[in-house]
Amino acid sequence: MIFLFALFAAVLIASGLLVILHRNPVTSALFLVLAFCSLAGLYIMMSAEFVGMVQVIVYAGAIMVLFLFVIMYLNLGRDVESGLPTQLRRGLGWVAGAALLGEAAALIGRRAVPGPVADTPVQAGNTQAIGQVLYTRYLFPFEITSLLLLVAMVGVIVIGKGRAAPIGAENAPGAGEGGA
Amino acid sequence: MNGVIPLSWMLALSAVLFVIGVVGVLVRRNALVIFMSIELMLNAANLAFVAFARHMHSLDGQVFVFFVMTVAAAEVAVGLAIIVNLFRLRETVFVDEVNLLKG
Repeated sequence: MIFLFALFAAVLIASGLLVILHRNPVTSALFLVLAFCSLAGLYIMMSAEFVGMVQVIVYAGAIMVLFLFVIMYLNLGRDVESGLPTQLRRGLGWVAGAALLGEAAALIGRRAVPGPVADTPVQAGNTQAIGQVLYTRYLFPFEITSLLLLVAMVGVIVIGKGRAAPIGAENAPGAGEGGA
Repeated sequence: MNGVIPLSWMLALSAVLFVIGVVGVLVRRNALVIFMSIELMLNAANLAFVAFARHMHSLDGQVFVFFVMTVAAAEVAVGLAIIVNLFRLRETVFVDEVNLLKG
């Protein structure tokens, strides 16, 4: 179990670092997929099978396909980053990150959270249990979520359509090619 | 599955992942990579949710992860649509070249 944890954690951290360090956005997106898959492994290790499966299907499957679709649609090359402000900002970013990491380490070390009290009783169906909680106690937030998705969908279609056919029609590239 | 992974290890991993996301947002200038870093931060929060849910022997944390994923999906869709529109308008996705609101 500890070996599995170390494996997934190492893959997760390495691929997360490569996401923010690699110059090519497509490679970043693919490493993000790898990070999501190792996260799914961690979830399954913590006996949250449903969340792990949804992680793979929704995140690594759907959301990252959307990312890759947009990256390839925009036809982006490698980032060019140069100049003194860029260097300065990058240095400040790493310093801020190091400070945040130190703060987190201090907090986690000081609280000294104990391990799990007892082992989780192996329940037959994690998915069934989540479904029962989701459709009883969290029914109202669940319905609100569907409303949120509807609003997001309408918003994306409106944004992606571009300007609504100006009179002179001089900036035609937004009007004719449909949504993104 | 006798889990012997302490809660603090999971929280430390979640903190590291969150910090990677923060550094990505601060360091990169490509708007798409910044979005991926935001996804990393959301997933760090999800990891902490699941770890605490297991620690507390409760399913509520996993249900929250479900909601976080839904909101993240909506956010990614809207954000990518905005980036595509921005690219049509400015031919760039670098956030420091977009100063439409600068007076």
